[in-house]
Amino acid sequence: MWIKSGLLPLLVSYLVALVLMVMPMPTFLEAWRPDWLSLVIIYWVMALPHRVGMGTVLVLGLIADILMGSVFGIYATALLIMAYPAIRHFQRIRNYSFTQQAFVVAVLILVKRVIVYELEHVLNDAVFNFAYLYPVLSSAIAWPWVYLILRKYRRHYLVR
Amino acid sequence: MKSLFERGPTLLTRLVLALLCAGTLMFLDHRLNTMQPVRSFLSTLVAPVQYLAVLPEQVLDRLVYLSTTRTTLREENKALKQELQELQMAVQRLNFLENENDRLRQLLGSDIRQASRRMAAEVVAVATDPFSHQVVINKGSVNGVYEGQPVLDNRGILGQVMSVGRGTARVLLISDQSHALPLRAERNDIRVLARGTGDLQRLELMFIPHSSELEVGDKLMSSGLGGVYPEGYPVAEITQIDRNERLQYARVTARPFAQLDRIRTVLLLWPPSATEQPVYDDTKGADNVD
Repeated sequence: MWIKSGLLPLLVSYLVALVLMVMPMPTFLEAWRPDWLSLVIIYWVMALPHRVGMGTVLVLGLIADILMGSVFGIYATALLIMAYPAIRHFQRIRNYSFTQQAFVVAVLILVKRVIVYELEHVLNDAVFNFAYLYPVLSSAIAWPWVYLILRKYRRHYLVR
Repeated sequence: MKSLFERGPTLLTRLVLALLCAGTLMFLDHRLNTMQPVRSFLSTLVAPVQYLAVLPEQVLDRLVYLSTTRTTLREENKALKQELQELQMAVQRLNFLENENDRLRQLLGSDIRQASRRMAAEVVAVATDPFSHQVVINKGSVNGVYEGQPVLDNRGILGQVMSVGRGTARVLLISDQSHALPLRAERNDIRVLARGTGDLQRLELMFIPHSSELEVGDKLMSSGLGGVYPEGYPVAEITQIDRNERLQYARVTARPFAQLDRIRTVLLLWPPSATEQPVYDDTKGADNVD
């Protein structure tokens, strides 16, 4: 059996994250849009490290590249480097309090964004804009809710 | 509890393998530019995600539309009719001027300007990355959209098509950091080059000497020199000029007329020189000629 239980709910959660990533939003909220894809990836690699691994992150990163219209591999690289510490230390992070977890998530997303910026800078001469780091804060604030919702979702659909 | 390292390569090996994969793709895409067909195929594949993304907005619009009362609709109808009448009067004058212009150009022996064809399209997704200002529209290669095609809204130039999928296309906005376009001041025909800054409300004019006659409030039109944008469409208005002598050039910023932060409907333009032809979904749009 290559289809394990709960494959569909897992795919649906990726799809929702990707949709939220490209959804049009009012301008004043635009800069503060939490990094949904990263949050969902961090949750799944922490909850199911034996199942959601580097392969999944690579594929999701490439899809993000197509959706954002960036050079192939920019988001993939950033997400992979971000996911590695999360998988490596999943047992430790799981036992942290929400505040500590939110802090870890903020650091991970900061790393991801800095890598995306660096690659864009090297490849396309992008100029740094401080607003690019606002989502680090909003993602950290959104993390406890994302965590609780996804945990409920995972238990309800028996994703193991 | 299953162990993470039950079988297969270690986590670090997997990371390195995946990174190698991503790095190879990056190299192929950026250095060798070989990924364009793959990219247009894949963007067709992920188009449903983009359609899903605008679904809530469309449902909301529909609800708002359903809940509008008869009175508001009647008032709106009245206002629109009045507007239409005013526009029709303006067009009469415009037609006359256009004919006259054609005749005068004929007398001068220059080419008569030919009409360009257009098509309306809707925005289905936005890229939120501040390093790339792009939007995705719901018309693609089946509609005759081509790379480098100019895109406008009702106020001015928005940008150009940068890649085309089957049913969608990606538009690079004029405010993108990698975008620049040649302009001309309406008042005194000074030629300038405007570069995107990554800020939706700001363009930067490059290489303006301190002695330039440009003034705050000057309107900038497309000059048609780059070969991408047709001549004479409004683009931006100068908002600020900093003539600090310590700088090599005057620092001039302009604000685009097009509302780049709230694009919903755009206009695709086929200049007379384009080899591609628009393919309309219905025969109704076939008389859309400027």
